[in-house]
Amino acid sequence: MKIMFAAFLAIAVVAVGANLILKQAGFSSQERTSGAAVRLDN
Amino acid sequence: MLRALIALILTLSFLSTASAQSANAPDRSATGGAQTLEDIMARQSGEAVDNSFRSDATGDASQAADITNQLGTLGGNSDPELWRALRFGSADITASNTGPAATVLIQDGGMSWLKFRSGPLATYGGALLMGMIALLAAFFMYRGRIKIDGEKTGRKITRFKAIERFGHWLLSGSFILLGLTGLISLFGRKFLIPTFGHDAFSFIAVGSKWVHNNVSWAFMLALGMIFVMWVAENIPHRSDINWLRKGGGIFSKGHPPAKKFNAGQKLIFWSVIVLGLSISVSGLSLLFPFELNMFAATFAKVNATGIGGLLGFGELRETLAPHEEMQYSQLWHSIVSFVLMAIIIAHIYIGTVGMEGAYDAMGSGEVEEQWAREHHSLWVEEVLGEEVVVAKPVRAVKAPASKAAKATAAKAAKTPAAKAVKAPAAKVAKAPAAKVAKAPAVKAAKVPAVKAAKVPAAKTTKAAAAKPKKVAAAKPKKTPPVK
Repeated sequence: MKIMFAAFLAIAVVAVGANLILKQAGFSSQERTSGAAVRLDN
Repeated sequence: MLRALIALILTLSFLSTASAQSANAPDRSATGGAQTLEDIMARQSGEAVDNSFRSDATGDASQAADITNQLGTLGGNSDPELWRALRFGSADITASNTGPAATVLIQDGGMSWLKFRSGPLATYGGALLMGMIALLAAFFMYRGRIKIDGEKTGRKITRFKAIERFGHWLLSGSFILLGLTGLISLFGRKFLIPTFGHDAFSFIAVGSKWVHNNVSWAFMLALGMIFVMWVAENIPHRSDINWLRKGGGIFSKGHPPAKKFNAGQKLIFWSVIVLGLSISVSGLSLLFPFELNMFAATFAKVNATGIGGLLGFGELRETLAPHEEMQYSQLWHSIVSFVLMAIIIAHIYIGTVGMEGAYDAMGSGEVEEQWAREHHSLWVEEVLGEEVVVAKPVRAVKAPASKAAKATAAKAAKTPAAKAVKAPAAKVAKAPAAKVAKAPAVKAAKVPAVKAAKVPAAKTTKAAAAKPKKVAAAKPKKTPPVK
C-alpha cells in the first residue's frame, strides 16, 4: 500500500512540476496564442 | 415689350433666390456629404429642411468613397462574396491573437466534428463502458469470485518488486484520473451542467482540464517504465496458444499452465502499450495545438496503400485545416481511450473482486504460493526450480474421514514438502512425521523466493499425524521471508 500511495504522490508531483516547467518555458496558451494587444490577466 | 420686361424681372429674382440658397448651404465636408448634426437638429426641432442633398445623391458612382476608404463601399464586390471568402478561409483577416487558427473565422469542418463528438462518440463510447460493466456484473453472477482451488500454503512468492508496483500504480492512478477528467470534458455539458448548473460545472471543468493536461506526463512516464520493465516477459510464448485455447480456464475448472504473464495478461500489456502510446501521441498533439499535425500525413499514407478504398472510406483528404487536425486528434484520442478504458475496467475487475489472491501481486507484491502454482505454474517452476504438477484440487474437507486421509496423501504428493523428499504419495502419508516436517525447511533454504514456514517440528508432526488432511494447511501465517 505504501508503494501505491507513493506512486499517487508522484502523480501529483509530476503534474505540478510539469505545469510549472511548461509555464516557465513559455508554453502557456496565453503566451503561445495571444499577441501584445491581448490582455488575459485582467 | 412689357412681357419681356416682366420675364426678365422674374428670372433675375429666381436667380437671386438660388444664389442666396447656395450661399446658405451648410458645409457637409466633414461627413462626406451626409447629414450633419445641424441638419438633424433642425429636422428634430421642426424646421424646414432641404433634403435635396440626400434625395439627389443616388446613382452617381463617382460620388462614392473609394474602396480603400474606411467608409468606402466594397466596389464591385458584394457582401455575399465577403462571407464566402470567410467561409472558405480565403478572406484577408488580421487578428490580435496568433497561431494558425487565429485568422480562421468560419471552419465548416467544425460542425461535423461537433455532431460526431456529441453524437456517436458520446453514445457508443458511453455504451461501451456501461456494456463492459454490465458484462462483468453478469460474469460475476455466473462465475462468482475465482477462488484458489487448492489449500493455501501460507508461503509467499515475490511476484513484483517495489519499482514494478510503483510503475504500475503510477500508470493506473494517472490513467484513472485521465479517464475521469476526460469523461467530464466529454459528458459535462450533457449531464453535469443540468445537474450542477453552469457555475459549478465551470469550476469542475477548469480543474478537470488542469488535471488532464498535467497528469498526462505521469501517464507517459509510467508507460515508458512499464514497457521497459515488462516487455521481455510479455513476448508471446507457445504456452500462450494453449492458454488462449482453453480460455484461460475462466469457464472451466483448473488453469492452463502459464509463465509470469499469461496470454490474457499479455493482451492487456500490449493493449496498454499500443493504445496508451497512441493516446499519448494524439494527446501531445492536443497539448501543443497545431504543432504536431499528424492526420493529413497519415491520410496520405493510407491513400497510398489503398487501405481506405478497401475499407470503403474512399480517398481521404490530404489537406486539412489547422482546426481539422485538432478535431481528428481529439476524436482519435477519445475513441482509443474508450477502448482502453473498457479493457482496463475488465483488468481492474479480475485483479480485485474477480479473483482471490490476484490483488496481492500489486498490493504487497507477495503472492500465495498456491495461487501462483494454479495461475502461473510455469513461472513457479522457473522461480522455484521445480516441476509443478497441475491437477484438479481435492476437496479433503468434504470427504469422509477414511477418504480424507487418502485424499490428503494424494495432495501431499503435490506439495513442495512431498516433492522435496521425492516420496510417493503413499509413502508421504505413512512417512515419519519428522521427515515431512523437515521438508519445508530444507526447501525454503534452497529457494530464496519462498517464505519458510517456521513451525516447530513437533507441532507439524502432530498436525500431520493427527490430522493428515491439514498437512498442507498446518503452517504459520506470518513468517519472515528467507532471502
